[in-house]
Amino acid sequence: MKTYQQINDRIESGKAVVLTADEIIGYVEKKGLAAAAEEVDVVTTATFGPMCSSGCVLNFGHSKPKIRMSEAWVEDVLVYTGLAAVDVYLGATQLRHADPANMYHPGEFRYGGGHVIEDLVAGKTLQLFALSYGTDCYPRREIRTYFTIEDLNQATMVNPRNCYQNYNVAINDSDKTIYTYMGLLEPNRRNANYCSAGQLSPLLNDPYYETIGMGTKVWLAGAHGHVYAEGTQHAGAVARTPAGVPKGGAGTLALTADMKQMRPEVVRGVSLLGYGVSLALGIGIPIPVLNEQILKRTCVRDRDILAPVVDYGTDYPQNTGRVIGHVNYEQLRSGRIKVEGKDVAVGSLSSYCKALETANLLADEIRAGDFQLARPIASLAKENKMKPLVIRQKEP
Amino acid sequence: MNETVTKKMMLFFPRCECEKPIIYHLVKDHNLVVNVYRAKVTPEEEGYLVLDVTGTEDDIERAMAFVKTFNVTINCTGKGVTWDESRCTHCGYCITHCPTDALYIADEATREVAFNEADCIECLACIRVCPFGACASAF
Ligand code: SF4
Ligand code: SF4
Repeated sequence: MKTYQQINDRIESGKAVVLTADEIIGYVEKKGLAAAAEEVDVVTTATFGPMCSSGCVLNFGHSKPKIRMSEAWVEDVLVYTGLAAVDVYLGATQLRHADPANMYHPGEFRYGGGHVIEDLVAGKTLQLFALSYGTDCYPRREIRTYFTIEDLNQATMVNPRNCYQNYNVAINDSDKTIYTYMGLLEPNRRNANYCSAGQLSPLLNDPYYETIGMGTKVWLAGAHGHVYAEGTQHAGAVARTPAGVPKGGAGTLALTADMKQMRPEVVRGVSLLGYGVSLALGIGIPIPVLNEQILKRTCVRDRDILAPVVDYGTDYPQNTGRVIGHVNYEQLRSGRIKVEGKDVAVGSLSSYCKALETANLLADEIRAGDFQLARPIASLAKENKMKPLVIRQKEP
Repeated sequence: MNETVTKKMMLFFPRCECEKPIIYHLVKDHNLVVNVYRAKVTPEEEGYLVLDVTGTEDDIERAMAFVKTFNVTINCTGKGVTWDESRCTHCGYCITHCPTDALYIADEATREVAFNEADCIECLACIRVCPFGACASAF
């Protein structure tokens, strides 16, 4: 048994023993759970993949004379201005102005919100264009200028939903090629795609949210941030394996951090053919080894984690809820899965390679005494379910 | 010297050289087996051709000397499809779309992706599907 304080003291003195969620499996096997729980202080988990519910709040500061932006674009990508005068929210999936979208199907979506965020973090010079109706206090009606992230007062990433605990494996039962947020899916189950770091993924290593909760400190693309709320669509009450691992989506996290501290190689715009744009992020979350049970759950292996195979031809868009079956991440990572007897090639949208890199970067920071852990101030819900949107008639 | 080898290359034809039957001569006069992957003539009437040729070293050398008399640029290194390692996130999404395994998992443990240029048949599938813009075409 250890406390957060004891672990942080060891981190501060540069003596903390830190392993990645990948390394801990073999380590516990060798040393035994009890001995390993004594020795190891922190297990680092990570993920790298597209996370559509991401974006950032930017504050531009005031021009002379001042403007209260009522419509604004950064690199021709619309930003939300329903905030104070020069605050805007830039969302990852916003298309660029005049992008033909899917008019010529499948659209290419080469540049959008996710790419603006990538360029911003990479320190590029970007164009701001904004309009206003003009007020006595904010008389300017139009502005066009160029800026970098350093010119901004604040550039804060505020992501309503990241780090899905587990995710669907997408397949296509229909007889035509489809273009989805889970990638290109050929007809008649010719290929499948998945999107999770499996045994490295944060919430799969803490399936009951014992250490990851509101206030938990996270490594968000290199910046030290934290979990500010449960993520949107968080649903703790799902089917689980006997070891507690969710057999589908389940938990999510809402994360925030200062973009000026981020590393460009793990903040990457995403273009999904026929679907749209998004943002891929590298996220690392440390799990404190407070006791043997917590350590045991970080030893989860790819083969113990089941993902639901879902048809994106009909079942997903029509919200039927049908699951074709389950496969585990060891099978997924082998590049081939069996779906109802058929051998199917499988690709991944998340990068295990980058997730591993992230878990190691975070582990190095903790070992060097540069990253302290934070005890959550509130837990994520374990009992809530996800509600559908009901289409109702207006009551008379 | 009579062993046959296969060499992959990209030829760039400046304006006005497109209509000459160069490939015909490679086969007929220089005994080469020609496998064309991709060819394009731009609206500016410039031509690109990615192909591999199989023949003896001597025949290939003579054939290339012949091709050069047409003011054609021969590029044996940067072929038509390129993969930018620094932009690749190693997600592996392209792997199922690449028909020849030119893009492949180089390290099973880390899932690192690599590109073997020699196996690429320039189908352009990876350029279409890569979400991170890591693959590109010279034309
Ligand atoms: S899809 Fe693109 S980013 Fe992913 S492995 Fe292939 S080349 Fe790299
Ligand atoms: S162009 Fe085609 S063959 Fe070449 S690497 Fe891309 S997908 Fe593979």
